[in-house]
Amino acid sequence: MSGMSDIQETRLHEVAHARAGDKGNRSNISLIPYKPETYALLLEQVTEVRVLELFAHKGATKVTRYELPNLPALNFVIDDALEGGVNAALNLDQHGKTLSYLLLGLSVSMPRALILHPAPE
Amino acid sequence: MTNKIVHIGCGAGFSGDRVDASIPVVATLAKRQGPRYLIFETLAERTLALAQKHRRKDPSHGYSPFLEAYIRPILKTCHESGIGIVSNFGAANPMGGAAKIAEIARELSCTGLKIAVVEGDDLFQFLSEEEISNYPTIEGLEIGDNEVVAANAYLGARPIADALAQGADVVVVGRCTDPALVLGPLVHELGWPEDDWERLAAGTMAGHLLECGGQVTGAYFADPGYKDVPDLARVGFPIAEVGSDGSLIITKADDTGGLVSAQTVKEQLLYEIHDPANYFTADVILDISQVKVEEVGPDRVRVSGARGKPRPDTLKATVSIDGGWMGEAEMSYAGPNALKRAQLAVDVLKQRCREIGTNCPVRFDILGTVSVHDGDGGGGGAAGDWPDDGDYRVRVASRGHDKEGIERINQEMLSLYCSGPAAGGGFRQHLTDQVQTASILVDRTLLATRIRMMEVAA
Repeated sequence: MSGMSDIQETRLHEVAHARAGDKGNRSNISLIPYKPETYALLLEQVTEVRVLELFAHKGATKVTRYELPNLPALNFVIDDALEGGVNAALNLDQHGKTLSYLLLGLSVSMPRALILHPAPE
Repeated sequence: MTNKIVHIGCGAGFSGDRVDASIPVVATLAKRQGPRYLIFETLAERTLALAQKHRRKDPSHGYSPFLEAYIRPILKTCHESGIGIVSNFGAANPMGGAAKIAEIARELSCTGLKIAVVEGDDLFQFLSEEEISNYPTIEGLEIGDNEVVAANAYLGARPIADALAQGADVVVVGRCTDPALVLGPLVHELGWPEDDWERLAAGTMAGHLLECGGQVTGAYFADPGYKDVPDLARVGFPIAEVGSDGSLIITKADDTGGLVSAQTVKEQLLYEIHDPANYFTADVILDISQVKVEEVGPDRVRVSGARGKPRPDTLKATVSIDGGWMGEAEMSYAGPNALKRAQLAVDVLKQRCREIGTNCPVRFDILGTVSVHDGDGGGGGAAGDWPDDGDYRVRVASRGHDKEGIERINQEMLSLYCSGPAAGGGFRQHLTDQVQTASILVDRTLLATRIRMMEVAA
């Protein structure tokens, strides 16, 4: 039943959840799929390069992706993403607490069955 | 040998957390058997520097300003039920904090209550300001000639365990690692040796999961239609059940809202973690890269698979220096063509800043367009496709050591009342003194911790 026609363009928010934390000028954002089958697709599509692009306008210089296959989950560590961090940022959100939802806005291609609220067929 | 279980609840996850969250946690612990503890984590990276400033103004201050609000509602029940309390709300003045608890205990007739103070996190006890300034910082920040406001090492679980072994009912710490608040009671109750890295790792993971309070029980998690949380307004704070074998169940206070699920636990497990295989603490290097999370009952999640490596020879310390001032000012524009008027306000402010010769960093936002997700160079939602009609708020933020210059920028926003675009309203401003923090690594043999006990007399 699952053919290519099942694939939909969606946002990470429909297939995974996330939380952001901060240490100095470095942000970490977890990315946790709602369904374990999504994990392999996240590995393919949510690369360090794409995440760095997403945070480039904030001055991010480097992204490191850690894999936790047993949860399963990914952990992104984003250097220089916080405009100076809690000590120095002029951004209202000095900790970058809201940045988990910047990541969740990233577009991905997912089988319909893995999307929480798929578009009508 | 039977697996002994220690029950540890969390009453606060940060300085400013809900002051009555501990009441259902204590009520739940009071019904249970075996060793039981309540922790409060109230000391963020910068909180201690602010506390140090308070102490300089008044030597009896400098402990957590929320201490009384947290302690008073639960102290009597904890005392009567044998629930130990461990907290870092000593901040810059653990002795002062303990004295305040003793005063409250006397009022509540908690006769015989033993309060221990753990001292030894304050680097000024062991080093001169000049010596501290000469340490290289992990972030590369030069401390140089800036005044060091505070310098505190993150102590581990051992002095907390020692204080409990001396009979303390309440342990007040200044700076310690957050997980040590949980690991301390575990080491005391379960007798884990100092080099049992696997169990110390399990206990550290328990502490990491508990230290942010409701963040593991459905708070800071809810996303309607995606992650629904029952009765968030009454979210129950967490309780960990830790076995002598290192087993760990996360659950929460009875008769409360919130939830404990695999999802809530996973989010908190990775919170503020960088390399999951190398989470450095004073007691152990924790490796959570192979951890498994399973739901084993309603609001009960088993967490297993933490691994440990020998603790580092150094302790992390946070050094706080004066960071100058931050100014923030805001004004609203609403209704027809509001976005154009808000953008004009930004243009006027930018020109005024140029003309008065501002040379500190300044940022502009138009709230209602993109703001917190924008970069410093964004300039206030100019690039987005936002409707002209709406309810927008212009914000300017600036920082620097020139207090008058920062105040002047705030004043420029205020002046828009009479001198800016049509119908600006709702001006607010803040001027806050800033603290810069940096991390250094100090040899752990440099520090000597000391435990002081006080007992509440009849």
